[in-house]
Amino acid sequence: MIRFSGVSHRFGEREVLTPFSLELAERRIAVIGANGSGKSTFARLINGLLMPSAGQVWVDDLDTKSNGKAVRGLVGFVFQNPDNQIVYPVVEEDIAFGLKNLKVEKGEIAGRVAASLARFGLSHLAKEQAHRLSGGEKQMLAIAGVTITQPRYIVFDEPTTLLDLRNKRLVARTIDRLDETAIVITHDLDLIADFDRVLVFEEGRIDFDGAPRDAIARYLELMA
Amino acid sequence: MIAAYRPGTSIVHRLPAGAKIVGLAMAGTFLFFVANVASLVVCLLAVLALYPLAGLSLRDALATLRPLFVILVILVLAHAWLNGWEVASGSGLRLAALVLFAGIVTLTSSASAMMGAIETGLSPLGRLGVDVEKISLALSLALRFIPMIAAVGAEVREAQRARGLDTSLVALAVPLIVRTLKMGEEIADAIDARGFGTTRKDGPDRST
Ligand SMILES: Nc1ncnc2c1ncn2[C@@H]1O[C@H](COP(=O)(O)OP(=O)(O)O)[C@@H](O)[C@H]1O
Ligand SMILES: [Mg+2]
Repeated sequence: MIRFSGVSHRFGEREVLTPFSLELAERRIAVIGANGSGKSTFARLINGLLMPSAGQVWVDDLDTKSNGKAVRGLVGFVFQNPDNQIVYPVVEEDIAFGLKNLKVEKGEIAGRVAASLARFGLSHLAKEQAHRLSGGEKQMLAIAGVTITQPRYIVFDEPTTLLDLRNKRLVARTIDRLDETAIVITHDLDLIADFDRVLVFEEGRIDFDGAPRDAIARYLELMA
Repeated sequence: MIAAYRPGTSIVHRLPAGAKIVGLAMAGTFLFFVANVASLVVCLLAVLALYPLAGLSLRDALATLRPLFVILVILVLAHAWLNGWEVASGSGLRLAALVLFAGIVTLTSSASAMMGAIETGLSPLGRLGVDVEKISLALSLALRFIPMIAAVGAEVREAQRARGLDTSLVALAVPLIVRTLKMGEEIADAIDARGFGTTRKDGPDRST
């Protein structure tokens, strides 16, 4: 479970998240809201990429402030632009990155990378240069690179924003099948229809928290 | 200037990347001591002979030299003026041979093989407190992002041309640098998020 208690965040003088408390225990949670409403800041608080200016964020009873390392292991993060999160030039090497960081043995890495390539339909691209992949393939590679270390939660920050419709659907289906708990920030309302819970952000606060239908209605109202 | 890898099965391809890099270093040292122009011509021809041996053409060899052509000409002319023709042709031949040798190494070894070799080569330094893992990540990032930055550059130039702007260095550099810095921030976050360096000690907590 992810728990925010009395959390707020400011960049310099500007408060971009006003104080809130929240518990997230559902398997599929979406976050929607206008650009600049604080969604990415919220997401970065979950895995300790950002520390809250006030309050605490807990992941399975680990405080992100004092257990940064353990929290990173529990929470994977998929960014909007896969180009900026693929760090190795060759596909299979990039997938191995997270395992190398955990000091997993070479032999075991090879097996797990092969399994991950197969799971995300990338086996035929194992030796390809990452910059030659299509947008959809890059996002699948990013997801493969994150899931390989078996996090319990995965935060997606607008994973489909840069993709065409076919690839949006591919990524949506992939997220749907994940065993991990997913917290998905998105502007794609189709993606979240079956989610367990949707948060609507507006100007740094959680404006609505509930079922997809009601949340989407509220979001459309805010956007009007 | 880093020639792209051409996969192949030639004997040169099959040599371990580490051996080729060591060979390059030795050739560089050796060439430094050869002063006689005739011997340098022999050296150059010997390096050129490696190209067909690696299943590459002489055109590939020329392509390797092309980016260096201007520098080569300037070097030779400057030497000719200052030190006479013999020294000039000697240094021209030496540089050309070395670049051709480096070209053979990069054309026949994949980036990952070279990186693996460099990592292995550096690993004894780990005991002296050098962070080999970081050096290797930096090298990988360079290889990963050079084509990406080039693509961004092409995109910016195209956008400017579409708006009828002439390509000036400043007009190209400013958006390129802005986008590269923004990209750098996200890449740093992604590297953090994927647990780099977390087994040693806690990753950097970049609170603001
Ligand atoms: N590193 C930063 N420094 C200063 N301000 C920032 C930084 N990151 C985000 N902001 C500001 O915080 C606000 C919320 O941003 P963000 O969480 O990225 O929103 P969203 O993801 O919903 O678009 C925006 O006004 C943004 O400009
Ligand atoms: Mg955002």
